Amino acid sequence: MTVLLGVLVVVVGFATRRNPLLVVGAAGIVTGLLGGLSPQRVLAVFGEGFANSRSVTIFVITLPVIGLLERYGLQEQARRLISRFGALTTGRFLALYLLLRQLAAALGLNSVFGHAQTVRPLAAPMAEGAAERRHGPLPEKMREKVRSFAASADNIGLFFGEDVFLAVGSILLITGFVNTTYHTHLEPLDLALWAVPTALCALAIHGWRLLRLDRTLEHTLAGKPAGKSGRKSAQSSEGAVK
Amino acid sequence: MIKAEWFYWLVGAVFLLMAAQMLTDRSNPRRHGTAAFWGLLGLCFCYGTWVADKSAPAEPLGAAVLLMVCLAGFGFTGRGTPRATTPEQRAASARRLGNRLFVPALTIPAVALLCAVGVKKLSVGGGPVLQKGSETILGLGIGAVVALVVAMVMLRERRLSTPVHAGRSMLESMGWVMLLPQLLATLGTIFAVSGVGEQVRRITTAVLPDNSRYLAVAVYCLGMFLFTVIMGNGFAAFPVMTAAVGWPVLVVQEHGSAPAVLAIGMLAGFCGTLVTPMAANFNAVPAALLELKDQYGPIKAQLPTAVALLGCNAVIMALFAF
Repeated sequence: MTVLLGVLVVVVGFATRRNPLLVVGAAGIVTGLLGGLSPQRVLAVFGEGFANSRSVTIFVITLPVIGLLERYGLQEQARRLISRFGALTTGRFLALYLLLRQLAAALGLNSVFGHAQTVRPLAAPMAEGAAERRHGPLPEKMREKVRSFAASADNIGLFFGEDVFLAVGSILLITGFVNTTYHTHLEPLDLALWAVPTALCALAIHGWRLLRLDRTLEHTLAGKPAGKSGRKSAQSSEGAVK
Repeated sequence: MIKAEWFYWLVGAVFLLMAAQMLTDRSNPRRHGTAAFWGLLGLCFCYGTWVADKSAPAEPLGAAVLLMVCLAGFGFTGRGTPRATTPEQRAASARRLGNRLFVPALTIPAVALLCAVGVKKLSVGGGPVLQKGSETILGLGIGAVVALVVAMVMLRERRLSTPVHAGRSMLESMGWVMLLPQLLATLGTIFAVSGVGEQVRRITTAVLPDNSRYLAVAVYCLGMFLFTVIMGNGFAAFPVMTAAVGWPVLVVQEHGSAPAVLAIGMLAGFCGTLVTPMAANFNAVPAALLELKDQYGPIKAQLPTAVALLGCNAVIMALFAF
């Protein structure tokens, strides 16, 4: 039962905001020793664990070519491509972002989008811009909400798109763990196919919530700062509710 | 035959090349620690070959991993100022090249898929071209190399140091977070070896009545979710819950389809990643990047979707995996 203390180490470590690498390293050592392994054996398990999970880190091989393309304006071109669709509302834009993120992840293009690469410079400003075009300057709370939803679209698109691709870390982790532990042979393709139903649910559920964001913005901001157009939309939305 | 280990050596070589650049980068105040961290990672990638086939002792590799943990955990790593092109240069280049810029980027998945589906069946001299069972990761590697060649020819870029530099600055901006998934996978192995999954299985079988397939599905999905919240990553939760419930109960006892149970179980874990502050790279980092006052903003935006999707996963598994 004491081996479960390792779980406690993780919880306490993260709760006290230690560096996650140290927390995970310490939890591993504690769990190993409590599980009856010798210190030498703990070291060996760390080594074996690293050697057998190298496939999780291989995406690094794509960084040089992506970085090179970014130097030549890959992000700018993506921005140009998206800015042609000028009539998008915040919700529709973010729903489209979710779809694109999910499709790109399903093709294995995880690092084309991302919080640093696309959300901060691209998706969040565009989503805010779309809201401001309709409602005028956003109050602090709404601005945070729009930005948070931009981040959520990226995460959900990535998580529930990437497993449809074959060579992604989590799929390789599943095959790696199961094939070595249970001496069987799972094909990455079979696992990837079973990620499709959840991917569709994620698109439907979060896409719907992103589209609803337009109505939240409308309800909260209608008639407040944007003047005439604000009042008008307040009346029309009242009509829509009835 | 092209072997998977060759590809790991290539990744190790890329790390070593980047570490060499880091060592001479005077804009990085902690260049020695940074170069040591990534250089060590490169060496570990290569040495791992002989640990994986058990022809070399694993202890030195374990010590090196813990050394990397200390280097990054105690703040000996940093980042330099990358030599990037200016926004004006990039805008001009994007206007000039247009959508052709997407061609090398799309080459990677195209080649990876081709290898996974097509080249897999080819053989040379009686043996397969690609090592059996590693076709997809080899496809990713070959795709990246082909894409790099296509990009360098298209952009008339002659020096290999330019893409290495560009990739390195992305690596430095991600920092030690890069090692975390692999370390969490290692923690998962240690949990498995030390019998954490066995303990969790004892607790669940004591609680779980016999032949209750749907309850077991719920326990597996909810367990993946909760363990992911605690561990900050589905990768570490997966070996524990799979050893406890997923494999022995759902696959062996209830004859569930292994790919369906395991793939959907992992996705139930991802629902946990959406709501845990411990998944720093997905929830805390974007809050900082977007300059949010409320660092739980992304989690709040994701919570309803995560709960709904957890339910979807359990229903999909219950309906289609058996």
